[in-house]
Amino acid sequence: MSKAAELAALIGSQTALSNRNLIINGSQIIAQRATSATGKTASGYYTCDRWQQLISSAGTWTFSQDTSVPSGEGFAYSYKWDCTTSDGSLASGDYLIHRQNIEGQNLQQLSYGVSGAKSVTLSFWVKSNKTGTYVCELRKGDDAKHIGRTYSISSANTWEYKTVTFTGDTASALVNTNATGIKVHFWLAAGSSYTSGTLPASWASNTAANQAVGQTVNLADSTSNEWLITGVQLEVGEQATPFEHRSFGDELAACQRYFTKSYNQGTAVATATAVGAVYKVMDAAMNYGTENVVFPCSMRATPTVGIYSPVTGALGKFDSNTSGGTTDLNLITVNIGDNGFSGQSNNQAVGGNAYMRWHYTASAEL
Amino acid sequence: MQITSAKYSSPYGEIVCINAVLDGKLLFVPLDPANSDYIEIMRQVAAGDLTIADAD
Repeated sequence: MSKAAELAALIGSQTALSNRNLIINGSQIIAQRATSATGKTASGYYTCDRWQQLISSAGTWTFSQDTSVPSGEGFAYSYKWDCTTSDGSLASGDYLIHRQNIEGQNLQQLSYGVSGAKSVTLSFWVKSNKTGTYVCELRKGDDAKHIGRTYSISSANTWEYKTVTFTGDTASALVNTNATGIKVHFWLAAGSSYTSGTLPASWASNTAANQAVGQTVNLADSTSNEWLITGVQLEVGEQATPFEHRSFGDELAACQRYFTKSYNQGTAVATATAVGAVYKVMDAAMNYGTENVVFPCSMRATPTVGIYSPVTGALGKFDSNTSGGTTDLNLITVNIGDNGFSGQSNNQAVGGNAYMRWHYTASAEL
Repeated sequence: MQITSAKYSSPYGEIVCINAVLDGKLLFVPLDPANSDYIEIMRQVAAGDLTIADAD
């Protein structure tokens, strides 16, 4: 059967024609926080949206939105892990994981918890100087159950296409809320606490010793090490289909449910710039400075808000000219909702005939 | 996550958020049980590792 016929046969049987990728920003085109982050030793969201890096005492890392991509596949960016301080002897509980958490209410089509539970296939392009075996793991949001598969990088520094399929869970449903339904884990290093058991080929109760069995690579063992990924797609069925390229606008809108900012796209958070800042001028009769912000879309949950000075980039500060020049002052509170927030200065900070201005970030990541 | 301080904020007589320093960053955390930072703050409170100061 030709590839076109295979694809046609799939349409209507296993997968959707559009919106079939359950992963957001699989092509790494959105990087609202920054395009590079250096010196990272702790877990966090650093560059490309929706992708979280988990680090437990395993080296120091630079993360970046990189332009190395597989040729001819239509990608512009990849996500790059670059080791800058090595850890060649992991302690038992150490690990490195690249992951994305997916909302449970976006996964109900998998029909988990009934006999018709559907398989999912994870496909991606990956490149590393470290050949060997790696583990992909799906975990339930409550960490109660997990399932794992291995893949191998066989050629150093060469883009390779990988697919792994996970069977459905007929025994227990996924939460149908805005909480995490499934965590998609790409293991990059695993201490012995996670490798001494048996990798579960079907959904099983979570056991730490079974999480990363077969992970032979320790990506932290040399400062020469790097790992790059793009074209990540998780879709219903047992067959990987070509990556579903979405427009920049569509991908950005999807990401803004989890993270948004006042800075222009292309301007890193904490940059000293007034472009796009929330701005308010108060007349002499006003004692308190307040300003309201509306988010581009309703966020997944009420977000955590950060306030930044447009002049210095300092976190937790707004800028005012109340003292005759620009001055960073403390915003005393924000009243946050899913759709926006208000920020307020105190009476001592901003007087009449002064302005207050700030940038913000709002994060409702899982 | 390292939380070095947490304090309720109540500008209108109603607690609206927690002003917290998370991993060295001063952030405003809403009282939303679906917010991952709030979940972590309350986890550390329950474990006895963190106390949220009263609002001024």
